Amino acid sequence: MITVTHYLVLSAILFTLGVVGVLVRRNAIIIFMCIELMLNAVNLSFVAFAHYLNSMQGQLFVFFTMTVAAAEAAVGLAIIVAVFRNKETVNIDDINIMKW
Amino acid sequence: MEAYLFYIMAAVAVASGVYLIFEKNPVFSALYLIQTMVSIAVLYILLEAQFIAAVQIIVYAGAIMVLFLFVIMLLNLDIKEEAKNALPFQRIPAVLMGIAFFTVICIVLRSKLLQGKHGEYTTAYINSIGNTKLIGNLLFTDYLLPFEITSILLFVAAIGAIMLAKRKL
Repeated sequence: MITVTHYLVLSAILFTLGVVGVLVRRNAIIIFMCIELMLNAVNLSFVAFAHYLNSMQGQLFVFFTMTVAAAEAAVGLAIIVAVFRNKETVNIDDINIMKW
Repeated sequence: MEAYLFYIMAAVAVASGVYLIFEKNPVFSALYLIQTMVSIAVLYILLEAQFIAAVQIIVYAGAIMVLFLFVIMLLNLDIKEEAKNALPFQRIPAVLMGIAFFTVICIVLRSKLLQGKHGEYTTAYINSIGNTKLIGNLLFTDYLLPFEITSILLFVAAIGAIMLAKRKL
């Protein structure tokens, strides 16, 4: 029998993978993909809770999260393209002008 | 049956997530992320969220990941570039922090916090009306204002993306 805890643990594993990816990788695009992975993990726990609690709100929130993720992907990738045009790299160690 | 499907899809999702992190080539990373998203879509179907599963495949695996692949190929990245990692000592602490983070989440899950009030949308009720129809009804009644704000958000994002990516205005 698959309970809500199974889904939440899976969601936690995927979120942790996203966090580790953000910390480990140096390529801005892959860091961005790891952020998408974290958003997906949170969506999974939303839907699991919605199913478990017989509620519809979780699914609606996933709908809004997806919209925000789409907007974020569009703007974020545009920023990466703009940075690449100026610096010829997307390695975040080389993009450190604003580092104190 | 349901349990087998869950474990298979969970294993696929986690394995592709791990490959996503440790793959050198960004194109393969993007493909592994698509695999993760499709397996999560299967889990949504297991959770009786058919509309969300379809949207997951169309919007995430379709639109967003095509955008990612498009940008990766547009930038024509050098794969070797990441070899010169400025902070190699960051890797092991990062993995340790990840394990610690996961432990904290599991401690929270083991506590008795997960006891909410059950709503009225049982599986039988949802199936009698239809998942998509219910979501549509709610979006245009109770959640009309967030739904309209979403359209403004997408509009602003589209304008912002064009502004940023344009060479000269």
